[in-house]
Amino acid sequence: MAQRSKLKWIILAFPLLLFLWLTIFLLRGLFSDPTELSSALVGKPVPAFELPDVYNPEKMHTEAVLKGRPMLLNVWATWCPTCQAEHAYLNKLADEGVYIVGLNYKDDSRAKAVNWLNTLGDPYQVNLFDERGMVAIDFGVYGAPETFLINMNGEVVYRHVGDVNERVWKNVLGPKYEAAMAEYLNQPMEAQTAAAGG
Amino acid sequence: MTRLFTTMWLAALLCLGTAHAANLQTYSFDDPSKEALFRELINEIRCPKCQNQTIADSDADLAKDLRDRTYLMVQEGATKQEVVDYMVARYGDFAYYRPPVQTSTLVLWLGPLVVVLAGAGVILWRVRSRGNTDIGLSTDEQAQLAKLRGTSSPTVDTNADTNADKDKGDPS
Repeated sequence: MAQRSKLKWIILAFPLLLFLWLTIFLLRGLFSDPTELSSALVGKPVPAFELPDVYNPEKMHTEAVLKGRPMLLNVWATWCPTCQAEHAYLNKLADEGVYIVGLNYKDDSRAKAVNWLNTLGDPYQVNLFDERGMVAIDFGVYGAPETFLINMNGEVVYRHVGDVNERVWKNVLGPKYEAAMAEYLNQPMEAQTAAAGG
Repeated sequence: MTRLFTTMWLAALLCLGTAHAANLQTYSFDDPSKEALFRELINEIRCPKCQNQTIADSDADLAKDLRDRTYLMVQEGATKQEVVDYMVARYGDFAYYRPPVQTSTLVLWLGPLVVVLAGAGVILWRVRSRGNTDIGLSTDEQAQLAKLRGTSSPTVDTNADTNADKDKGDPS
């Protein structure tokens, strides 16, 4: 008889436990942002591409510009208000020596993009111009701004969706960039110069 | 009055249908089977920008780009799996409305089955516990039941089981 009532308790408690589990599950959902998708490219090499320079349509760049050292790849456009919000901070990072490559994503016109860089400053070491957004698709870009952290082997380490600001840099991107830099600086000297040359 | 409303509703529905179709009219195919594949794909690939919409539903720029890419791939003879793999490689499993079976999605695939089995289990348990002659009858009552069964005529005796069911159905 005692065993029977024990079983009864277990069965009676089951809905309560289910409810508690569901509550925790749903509560967690309240504080997660479903629009922040982790990149499918993490741990993989950057896709191959060939894109013209923002300033000079004749000048072509390939995926080689994303290899050889740790860097950020920042996806931006003049039609994107958040990109404007983060631009000053990117300038600041560039001044501090952070290596950033810009990918202009489906901008209204090349002239607008050049004008933006001339007036707001150009934090980018290389400026890629993806007029139709086809290379951005290969990167899994689904909006702007997005910022990829790429290590010295040209592999995507992390992707940040949304603006890069002081909080994001301090808590998320900065430490990862520092780690990638440490790995880069710890390798033998001749490999470093070879990579920089290539 | 009701008829007027019905007409208005139908007219509104008709407009919805044409608006959706206009989205896809720009694509022309050399082969009807490719068109069918294209339509199937754009209704199963999820737009990463506008979540909970397929790339067929969404008006977002990115959805259009992905439709264009799907169209190009299908026109060039890509299979369904090739297009899906292409999208998943770039946007993750998120991009496809049919999640693959793996540890992180197991609850999606097995959840409904578990619920159905649990329900069946509960029903079975309840039915069996009701069918159990042990409950509800004290030893006195069981003796009484045996006595009643023993005194009944042989013709009723064949139905003894059903009678017994009725008897113990009453107290519960």
